[in-house]
Amino acid sequence: MNPTLTIARRELKGYFASPVAFVFIVIFLLLAAFFTFMLGGLFERGEANLLPFFTWHPWLYLFLVPAVGMRMWSEERRLGTIELLLTMPVTPWQAIVGKFLASWVVVGIALALTFPVVMTVNYLGSPDNGVIFAGYLGSLLMAGAYLAVSAMTSAMTRNQVVSFIVAVVICFFLILVGYPPVTSLLTGWAPTWAVEGIAAFSVMTHFESIQKGVLDSRDVLYFLSVIAFSLFTTSVIIRAHRAG
Amino acid sequence: MIQVQNLRKEFGPKVAVNGISFTVEKGEVLGFLGPNGAGKSTSMRMITGFIPPTEGSVKVGEFDMLENPIPAKRLIGYLPENAPSYADMSVRGFLAFTAELRGLSGDAGKKAVNRVLEMCFLENVQHQSVETLSKGYRHRTCFAQSIIHDPEVLILDEPTDGLDPNQKHEVRTLIKKMGETKAIIFSTHILEEVEAVCSRAIIIDRGTIVANGTPRDLKMRSDQAGAITVKLVDGNGEAIKAKLSHLNGVDRVTILSERPLTLRVWPRKGSGSDDVSRGIADMAFQERWSLQGLQVEEGRLDEVFRSITLPDTKSTKEETK
Ligand SMILES: Nc1ncnc2c1ncn2[C@@H]1O[C@H](COP(=O)(O)OP(=O)(O)OP(=O)(O)O)[C@@H](O)[C@H]1O
Ligand SMILES: [Mg+2]
Repeated sequence: MNPTLTIARRELKGYFASPVAFVFIVIFLLLAAFFTFMLGGLFERGEANLLPFFTWHPWLYLFLVPAVGMRMWSEERRLGTIELLLTMPVTPWQAIVGKFLASWVVVGIALALTFPVVMTVNYLGSPDNGVIFAGYLGSLLMAGAYLAVSAMTSAMTRNQVVSFIVAVVICFFLILVGYPPVTSLLTGWAPTWAVEGIAAFSVMTHFESIQKGVLDSRDVLYFLSVIAFSLFTTSVIIRAHRAG
Repeated sequence: MIQVQNLRKEFGPKVAVNGISFTVEKGEVLGFLGPNGAGKSTSMRMITGFIPPTEGSVKVGEFDMLENPIPAKRLIGYLPENAPSYADMSVRGFLAFTAELRGLSGDAGKKAVNRVLEMCFLENVQHQSVETLSKGYRHRTCFAQSIIHDPEVLILDEPTDGLDPNQKHEVRTLIKKMGETKAIIFSTHILEEVEAVCSRAIIIDRGTIVANGTPRDLKMRSDQAGAITVKLVDGNGEAIKAKLSHLNGVDRVTILSERPLTLRVWPRKGSGSDDVSRGIADMAFQERWSLQGLQVEEGRLDEVFRSITLPDTKSTKEETK
């Protein structure tokens, strides 16, 4: 069996053996429902789409996703099992990807469990399910980006709390640079090209266009690059840690 | 099987391992000795490919650990210091996971897990989660992991640490037995262990190898090696000491204790301990001493260890005064 899958399976079991996965899923579902129906007013708007559902995801993930990812490598360092894992016939890259995939699956399961919302809007009206699908894809990609950032921060320290906080700060930054109130503030004194350039680094900019149903390859590419870059940095950090 | 060449590791300004070289063949059990912080664990981490050396090379089988780490790691079983394991897994689950990483899945994996569960006496706790185990059991679980694929090379960092005397004995027996067909390196602070299982021992101090030889060779370096201890029921210590000093081939005699009267006779360089002890026996017979015991000292490893790793201390010389 492929070592990446072996590691991913073990991690996944670990998520469900500890309450992390359950707590995450339950809180995610509760908060998603709260934001969608109370703050977003899904019913009152009388539109058959899931905009009020997806709009809140960047913020919802901001705290929940780093909580899933924070143990990825810091726990490994704390327990000393990293020494065991990396002296197995496994490349660091296989271990990094395996762990990342497992955490992504946890978030994916939580996201999949929101299917009643889709059924509801389909029951109440006739939404464009293509747009909904794009929204889910964007949301999953964004969660992946946050997770990869959390993987990176968890490799830096054996302390999960530190890993969590640093991940939240980085993800917050990734949101802010493209958040309309912030960008409009910037346009006051910076040239437009600069503001747009900075906003191009934001998850917000890319998530927004995907969630509108515009599945642009550049947006997908953006999220995949954030994931690839963060995981690559993770491998660099782990190598540096081993070298002492 | 294991070739270590000029291995060196620096942590910032600190030199943890300073150019060590040695080889271990199949059928050898190499004991790694040295005071705390000598660099034993660091060396083992480099040999197993966990940390990259600053300089030097490690070859396992025909594979270079730096250039070809995966096939090299396949040959190795490794028990890291402090025996880490995934706390949230059951013993069986943990072993099955490591078996699978070693390429043993399905039936082969199950067989391998059952084999090591039995070898390490873990059957009773196989369904218990690792975090609820006692320290000794955790240690055994990680040890079981290291032998799950029946590796050709075993690197064990303090394998008997935290085990009860029965388990220590079992693990020693196991290491000795496996040492007949594998290349084994293990570190320990228990010197009797070295005598019991090692075919060769290396003493490391401050990152360099200060002694390398069979336990017998090392013991011969001891001051005591070859000295003869004479025990008598009673008698005048000083008078007997004077008589013994004039015996052929005797360098000097010291009184270790008056009651019971115990003396130590140091043969002169070049004269055999056996001849001298025969002389002592003859003399005791002629003088009608009530001889109780006569023993040629083999030398003691702990004394050698101390004299090598603490060159400034006179602790080993106190008896010769
Ligand atoms: N990651 C690291 N960063 C900095 N220094 C380190 C690191 N790992 C080990 N050292 C230093 O290297 C030296 C050798 O440590 P090592 O763990 O190899 O000793 P040891 O011989 O195994 O000792 P012990 O008998 O206590 O297990 C020590 O002085 C230690 O402080
Ligand atoms: Mg050590």
